[in-house]
Amino acid sequence: MKPESPSNLQRVLSDGKFAVTAECGPPRGADLEIIRRKGELLRGHADAVNVTDNQTAIVRMSSIAACVHLSAMGLEPVMQMVTRDRNRIALQSDILGAYSLGIRNILCLSGDHQTFGSQPDAMNVFDIDSVNLVHMVKVMKTDGKDMSGFDLVSSPRMFIGAAANPFADPFEYRVIRLAKKIDAGADFIQTQCVYNLDRFKEWMRLAREEGLTEKVHILAGITPLKSEGMAKYMAKKVAGMDVPDSVIKRMGGVPKGKAAEKGLDICLETIAALREIKGVHGIHIMAIEWEEIVGRIVETAGLSPRPVTA
Amino acid sequence: MIVGKQKSIAEIREIVLPYKKLLVLGCGTCVKTCFAGGEDEVATLSSALRLSFKKDGRSIYIEELTVERQCEDEFIREAAVAISKNTAVLSLACGAGVQAIARRFANVPVLPGVNTTFIGVLEKQGLFTEECLGCGDCQLAVFGGVCPVSRCAKKLQNGPCGGSRNGKCEINPDTDCAWQQIITRLTALGQLDNLRKYNPPKDWRTSHAGGPRKLVREDHVI
Repeated sequence: MKPESPSNLQRVLSDGKFAVTAECGPPRGADLEIIRRKGELLRGHADAVNVTDNQTAIVRMSSIAACVHLSAMGLEPVMQMVTRDRNRIALQSDILGAYSLGIRNILCLSGDHQTFGSQPDAMNVFDIDSVNLVHMVKVMKTDGKDMSGFDLVSSPRMFIGAAANPFADPFEYRVIRLAKKIDAGADFIQTQCVYNLDRFKEWMRLAREEGLTEKVHILAGITPLKSEGMAKYMAKKVAGMDVPDSVIKRMGGVPKGKAAEKGLDICLETIAALREIKGVHGIHIMAIEWEEIVGRIVETAGLSPRPVTA
Repeated sequence: MIVGKQKSIAEIREIVLPYKKLLVLGCGTCVKTCFAGGEDEVATLSSALRLSFKKDGRSIYIEELTVERQCEDEFIREAAVAISKNTAVLSLACGAGVQAIARRFANVPVLPGVNTTFIGVLEKQGLFTEECLGCGDCQLAVFGGVCPVSRCAKKLQNGPCGGSRNGKCEINPDTDCAWQQIITRLTALGQLDNLRKYNPPKDWRTSHAGGPRKLVREDHVI
């Protein structure tokens, strides 16, 4: 990739096309084949593939390494980076390294707290927060400086993403926080999974009122449900998730063998509704360990083929 | 105050096992208030240890003493005679008290009987809460008197993470979300605009990250 060329995701969004990104969780092991298999399942169905950074605080292959493997396959990665595990020195160093390896998109996160993971006895870092991380990448990009003010020999020109959770509390503050992330330098936003459309629409309305949708590309999160059990688990156990009872009821209202199809129906209805919301510029599909469904979702939703940008 | 919790009898037994003559030394300030190491705890723990060793057919001599504070020479001196008569000291002070005693009695093993837990508040009877990490650069004026460094599990400086729900923190439904409290406070104070401002990365040099800290008050140096 040429040093200055923008990412495919950036081009899709700046061309005003409705973007599709998908998520790819690296394996709990050093197996390259698992990444390749997931990459093949997503090929042609997404403009960029998010690679998680030790999600749910469980040790996995590093996001940077998995991004490089996807790049080598011709897929464009979005490198997720959390502030939980690295201080500002390590974060900056890894961003420089990632850019040198051809990674052009970053999603800046604070990260799931380690108490949720398999090693709750670990110390966390949280030297900086996710808004600080966005700002840091922005300053590296536009001013060519690291956090000490040192002029970098060559600056990493990342397309900068941040997360937003319209379903967390306090609701009134969620749009202020979105504004802070945009002011700090976010180019695009990927949201928490949308099941509660009413609340999402209200959040988008407030974002539009503040003029935020003119400044940032919002990609709404989508996670297809496989079963009633999964819906209940997400509703009760997963932090920051809002799965309304009506959705759980619909998942439970069909025989077990048909639940995944029902989940797909809900997912497609949600995508159709999201496409009608002004300011939503794309979707981010997080099919957790169900990558094989992504192609079907994208095709059935009429979002295939993906635009070719050059 | 410094809040601490007494170690289990089993752990204390292991620690004091090699010693025949033990001084159980209480501290009459912070750890007394949190029922970990004051006079009452010294008496109860000493009796429990004597009984426990007796049950195993072992003999141990235990002397009991509590001073006002183990972190000040004025009070440490009051313990000097008792310390010299024993082969080890089990200190029920916080970690600062244990080390202050150890530094002043080079040839006496000084053992901890309390786990120092945090700087906190007696919120109500029987409930102590962590309030301060001693970061050395207090920004409570910005955050409406609620500290995101000590009370947010991620030390976030720019607002609540996506796990704040119904005023509670995602890591534990019993833990209040500090950011919900900050927002509630600032709303009541009419200072919510504070939160629109970008808070840059915290300078941790004033915290423990800068290494062990010292405070020199030249005006008090003799």
